[in-house]
Parts: sequence; C-alpha cells; structure tokens
Amino acid sequence: MASKSLKNLTAPLSGNNPVIVQILGICSSLAVTVQLKPAIVMGLSVMVVTAFSNLVMSLLRNGVPSRIRIIVQLVVIAALVILVDQVLKAYVYDVSKQLSVYVGLIITNCIVMGRVEAFALQNKPWDSFLDGIGNGLGYAAILVIIALVRELLGSGSLMGFRIIPESMYIAEGGFYSNCGIMLFPPMALIIVGCIIWAHRSFNKDLQEK
Amino acid sequence: MKALRNIVDKLKPTFSKGGKLAFLESTFDGFETFLFVPNKTTQHGAHVRDCNDMKRTMIVVVLALVPCLLFGCYNTGIQVGLEGWTAFLYGLVRILPMIATSYIVGLGIEFTAAQLRGHAINEGFLVSGLLIPLVMPVSTPIWMVALGTAFAVIFGKEVFGGTGMNVFNPAVLARAFVFFAYTPQMSGETVWFSDWKMFGAVDAQTGATALEQLATKGEMQWSALDAFLGFIPGSFGETSTLAILIGAAILLLTGVASWKTMVSVFVGGAATAYLFGAFGAFDYPAYYHLLVGGFAFGAVFMATDPVTSAQTSTGKYIVGFLTGAIAILIRQVNPAYPEGMMLSILFMNALAPLIDYYVVEANIRRRQNRVKTVK
Repeated sequence: MASKSLKNLTAPLSGNNPVIVQILGICSSLAVTVQLKPAIVMGLSVMVVTAFSNLVMSLLRNGVPSRIRIIVQLVVIAALVILVDQVLKAYVYDVSKQLSVYVGLIITNCIVMGRVEAFALQNKPWDSFLDGIGNGLGYAAILVIIALVRELLGSGSLMGFRIIPESMYIAEGGFYSNCGIMLFPPMALIIVGCIIWAHRSFNKDLQEK
Repeated sequence: MKALRNIVDKLKPTFSKGGKLAFLESTFDGFETFLFVPNKTTQHGAHVRDCNDMKRTMIVVVLALVPCLLFGCYNTGIQVGLEGWTAFLYGLVRILPMIATSYIVGLGIEFTAAQLRGHAINEGFLVSGLLIPLVMPVSTPIWMVALGTAFAVIFGKEVFGGTGMNVFNPAVLARAFVFFAYTPQMSGETVWFSDWKMFGAVDAQTGATALEQLATKGEMQWSALDAFLGFIPGSFGETSTLAILIGAAILLLTGVASWKTMVSVFVGGAATAYLFGAFGAFDYPAYYHLLVGGFAFGAVFMATDPVTSAQTSTGKYIVGFLTGAIAILIRQVNPAYPEGMMLSILFMNALAPLIDYYVVEANIRRRQNRVKTVK
C-alpha cells in the first residue's frame, strides 16, 4: 500500500476527524451514545456506508453528469443504508430496535454525502474506499469515547455489564448515585466540546486564531 | 494590621518577576488584594471609576447573605424538631461542610485557571461560593456539592474566559446541574428533612415543601406569615422572605445590586401570578407565589448578578420582568418542576445579551432620527 493511500485512511482518525475537526455528524453522535453497544454498531454501520458509497461514486464519477450527481448519490447511499438496516435487523435485532430511526437517518448524516462530494468525485476508487473507511472509523472512535463516558457515569455499566457495584448506591446503603444528566443529549454535546478542547490542546496547528 | 502589611511586603519580591516563585504571581496577588485594598487604578477602557475594587463590592453581597445564612441554620434545626440554640447549632454543623467544600473546590479551580492564563484573581468566587450551599437542600451529599461547583465553575465560567465573561450565573448553574444529574436526591418528599440524629433531633419527618403542596393539593399546611418569616422546609437560604428582604435592603442601600432588576422581577412574578389567579388556575392567594420556594432569593441575589443580567437600563426592566413572569409560568404550566425560578434565571441569562443588543440598536436609531429631523 502506497503511503499516500495510507494517509487517506489515517488522516480522518485524528487530524481531519469528521466529528471533532470537520464538525459533521454531530446530531447522531448525541442521539445514539447513551450506551456503548448501540454506539459501536452505529459507528460500524456508518463506516460501511461511507466506504461503499465512496467506492461506488468514485467508480461512477466519470459517467455521471454533474447536474444530476446529487440524485445519483442519494440513490446509492439510500440503497446502502437499506442494506445495512436489513442486516442489522437480521443479526442484532435488539440493537437495531434501540437505534430505531437513527439507522435510517444515516442517509442524512453529513459525513456520508460530505465525503462523496469532497473526496470520491475527484479521486480513484481505492483511495476513496480508504477515505470512507477512515472517516467511518474516526466517527466511530468519537462515538465510542462519548458512549464510554455516558454509560459509565450515567448507568454505572459498560456494554450492559455492571461496573460500579450495586452496594455503592444510596438505595443499597452506599453513597454513590448515577449522574442522571449524562443520559440527556445536552451532556453529550458538552462531552464533544471537552474532546475538541483536549484534541486541540494537543494539536496546536488546529487552533483557530 | 501593620505587621501583616510588613509580611506581605517582605514576601512580594519572591513572587514578582524574577523571583523564585514568580509562576505563582497571580495567586499571591489574589491574596494581597484580598487582605488590602490595592493602590492600582484602572488605566483605560470605559470603566466606572470608584475607590472600591471588585473584591470590596462582592463582600457587600456576602454580608447581605448573612441574615439568610443565620436564619437558614436556625430553621434547619427547627424542621427536625429542635429549639433555640441547639437548632441553630445543628443547622450550622450541617451547612459548614457544604460551604467549605464549595469554597475549596471553586477557589481551587479559579486560582488554577487564573494562574494558567496569567490573569489577576478578581472577584474570586466569593459570592458564588456562598450562594451554592444556600440553594442546596439540607441533605445534599458533600460530593454532589463539590461536583456541582466544579461543573459550574469550569463550564459556566472558565470556558467563557473567567470572571466577568460568564454567560450563566455559576450558582444557579451548580444547582441546575445537581438537580438534573441527581434528581432523586434533589426533589421528592424526603430530601428537605435531615437524616442526622444529632443533638437529639427527632426521626426524619417526611412531607412535601410548601411549593409542592401548593402545586399538588392547592393549599399548604403553613400560614402566609410562617412562609414570610421562613419556618417552612426548603433549601438553606431560600425559606425566609424577611431575611432576604433585609439582604435586599443592604444591597440597595450600598448600590451594589440594581433596584431596576429586583423590582421588575417581583412585578413580573406578581403580575403573572395574579393573571393565573384571575383565570382560576389556583384557589390560594396569588402572593403566596412570591413567599414560597426560591422566588424571592433568586430575585434578590441571582437575577441581579451584574455580569449575567442585562447591562442597559431598559434591558434590566425587560429581563427582570420576564424572569419573574417565566418563573411563575413554569411553576403553573410545567407539572414536572414545582420550582421555576432556577430555569427562568438561566433562560434569561442566555437572552440578556440579545435584549441589550436591541436596546442599544433602538437607542442609536432614535438618535439618528432626531438628527434627521433637525436637518
């Protein structure tokens, strides 16, 4: 793998992350991150959709007149989202139910169309495919970090397993209590803010003047 | 006094530029200006010039809070069946750890942030640190107070640029955070009564606050006089309208708080309450709304915050009126929260800059029109 192609894969993980640098896909990262499991599934679904929509659009890029390209993109992305939705329903039904409309709403996720418009239409299929995987992974990584904080502090568990022992809770005679505000979307936005804060204090070149 | 001055002067070179502990300059400066009125004067910018610096102004607010604090201690004891000095002592023992926690956590963050930025430590959390314990229920665990304070100072104040730059009042924000994060510990029927059996306190009685009784039953078990004097369950500082009014008098006589905001909050609240009463939304007298819950406390000490409230004169009337009106609106219309003052203050904090902007714009337009007519 040439190093230039590899860069398409690694850049979106940190320096050009879709959520915390390009600020795309914020809504779904607030909506599906109450628990870790749906967040991981959602991240992987978006990764599959971005990767294959990038690949397909890159293959079609010379044959599609630019006037109708949005319609074509929508058809491709919608078809992929329906495929992902069906697979989720078949294999992880409970998670699919938890995610409810948000799987269908991947089609409106700005990352998918943003990468197709900004990258796949100007680049070769292999590079586009890697770019899609990279952006999907970058999105999934942020989702996992947010969900980790929210599930641990909001419900005291991870992936559904209890981390904070029952005996520590006030109801059982302990002193601890779950932080209920973590279950509300506004707190997810504050966590995204904290991640951006930490990320930019390490990557000084990203700081706005 | 002289000896203290000498010690400070002797230490000063160590903390100034070139000294051994120069990196702690802000911290040293903070303590020095806390002990002695600084001799620096403001050099530029459109500031009101006065012999008082910000620390001296803020200490007046702390003094104004003392009646609420003292009565709050006494009432906390009364509510668990104690009398006289034991009641007062009981309340004091309950609130002192909360005050200490909020000051240690808040000042710790404030000093660190000022030091990192190289700013002078200014208002230094003096008022917010006392307000936070006063708006918490008696039985709030200490670690929740610490967490609420930390959240309010970091996300309400420091991320916006520190003292004077905050959009939201830190004390209300701390209360809002703890309320939404730990709802079971902050509301319901048992929280207002203490579970500590000290000095012979009777077993925890349970019962709803006056506000909850009004919301659910349409009447309360206390008389209006009790509610005015403050012998009802509630957060430490908010129960006694009389103590709050003494504080308000101190603030207004010294000119620290704006009477425009304060009066218009009460007017807005009263107008809305009477409006609801006229339409038959409740059977009790409408002025009950001004006596129970955190209405008076919020109006006097929180809505008048010089940083987060409106800056223009007309803006103060509008923001104050809406704060009172929305508080009663939330109490009456939203069944989930019996108390609306906290949310209405935060909401108007967010709107205050916008209202100021339009007030200034309208003024500019009026003066432009005046110039046109002269021509």
